[in-house]
Amino acid sequence: MDLFLQITAAIAMGLMLIYLWPAYKHWQHNSPKAQQGDWMAALLPLGAVVLLVIFLIMAVR
Amino acid sequence: MSTDSFLLKSAESRAMSANKVLKNTYLLLSATLGFSAFTALLSVALAMPSWTYLAAVIISMILGVFVLPKTANSAAGVGVIFVITGLLGFGLGAILTQYLALPNGGETIGLAFGGTAAIFLGLSGYALTSKRDFSFMGGFLFAGMMVVMIAAIANIFLHLPLLSLVISSAIILLMSGFILMDTGRIARGEETNYIMATYGIYLSIFNIFISLLQILGIMGSDD
Repeated sequence: MDLFLQITAAIAMGLMLIYLWPAYKHWQHNSPKAQQGDWMAALLPLGAVVLLVIFLIMAVR
Repeated sequence: MSTDSFLLKSAESRAMSANKVLKNTYLLLSATLGFSAFTALLSVALAMPSWTYLAAVIISMILGVFVLPKTANSAAGVGVIFVITGLLGFGLGAILTQYLALPNGGETIGLAFGGTAAIFLGLSGYALTSKRDFSFMGGFLFAGMMVVMIAAIANIFLHLPLLSLVISSAIILLMSGFILMDTGRIARGEETNYIMATYGIYLSIFNIFISLLQILGIMGSDD
């Protein structure tokens, strides 16, 4: 990638980071606390996603 | 008695409103994904250079940050979201052109497409049937996004394939979390604007596809 494109991409992502900062602060302070079983309910489908990605990697190799 | 009746009607009206937002979101999502596929094909046919992707992402990012939130409550918002998703599809076409030039590039694209569809359909189905509130993940997901973006900025200059793999894997997990959270919020009636809901889910799907394409591209190469 040309240096110009690299710098442009870095600036764009840096600006996105600045834009996301208030949303990050908002969710840090206002997200509801997890109840018992909530994390397990979220980790179950995310684990399935990991397994699917591993399967796809094995298919492509 | 009248209070019970009022609460029942209120809950019923909220559920109907959530169903309407959900239906409109999926209709608009299907249309925007179809339009993106069309512009991606157009971009492949025109053999657009790779910088098109960066230009398309920057323009659509500007539109998504400054224009879409101001038009999301009017019919103009539908037009804006089609412009954004059309641009992202056009940029994606430039990446697909590069993959198609590789041996097994078509297979890699097909697997990434199928994998993205399976992830989205599976997670959406899970979030809709479980009706759980996944908002508790909000702080964790946004913190993860900040870390991943800092790592991605560093890797623009470092060019480390292993870091690319880690970043792409983290993006897939984070975007999967966002799909759970966003779909859960729509199903529970907490998201009332179908245009913004579509935009959020579209970006998650787009990022999962790009990241999966990168992982399969790196892992499938002989180098």
